[in-house]
Amino acid sequence: MEMRRDVFQAVADPTRRAIITLVALHAMTPSAIAEKFDSSRQTISKHIQILTECEILGQQQNGREIYYHLNAEKMKEIADFIEPFRKLWDERFNKLEAIMKKYKPKK
Amino acid sequence: MSLKTKLNVEDGKQEILITREFDLPVELLFQAYVEPEIIEEWMSTKVVKLEMKKHGGWQFETADKEGKVVLRMNGAIHDFIPNERIIRTFEMENTPYPVQLEFLEFEKLTEETSKLNMLIVYRSVADRDQMLKLPFAQGINMAHNRLQEVVSKHK
Repeated sequence: MEMRRDVFQAVADPTRRAIITLVALHAMTPSAIAEKFDSSRQTISKHIQILTECEILGQQQNGREIYYHLNAEKMKEIADFIEPFRKLWDERFNKLEAIMKKYKPKK
Repeated sequence: MSLKTKLNVEDGKQEILITREFDLPVELLFQAYVEPEIIEEWMSTKVVKLEMKKHGGWQFETADKEGKVVLRMNGAIHDFIPNERIIRTFEMENTPYPVQLEFLEFEKLTEETSKLNMLIVYRSVADRDQMLKLPFAQGINMAHNRLQEVVSKHK
């Protein structure tokens, strides 16, 4: 369970979620990933390292380059197919509801 | 955990239907889609542009803690009928994910309650399934700590 919590922490970060989204489509080198972000390469490397430690990303050597790919098995552990998507919208809508209950029209 | 939000996903179809009932009058529910400051709060994103009208458009930007932009999203507004309907497109910039089409229908249930039907149409069945496997693709801006901040601020 301890490990599980770490995995959830790993995916709670917006930059790391963006990296997962990119790598899900095809394996990428660290520099190709870093190019997609305004953040420094060092920052992105650290995020990649965390995702690798949680086994969300896997590494594959191809010639001189290291490619990172999404570990689908690990993602399945985190996410039942549909539930996270439902939960995402549920949380957004809960928030919307809470905000609008306190809402006072400007005029 | 709240089960107020329901998801209808049929095998082999390239769409998802999200439904949710709110303890809010339909006018207030609709307002949450129209006012930039309110969208910023519940979507945890920055509203760069919002032209809520037919032929209008929108653009959101999500940043990390250091303020670096992580994701830009945009779309066109195809139809806009206050308290009834929004039809819009949704696209994540700088990613290969194809644009999606969203039909939002706002329904009055009682004076104090309302319902939202959100139909999302994807380019293909495969694209839809990819999106479902990756709630983070849409949820890049959803951070649990952010959620708590906003809710406690409004208590």
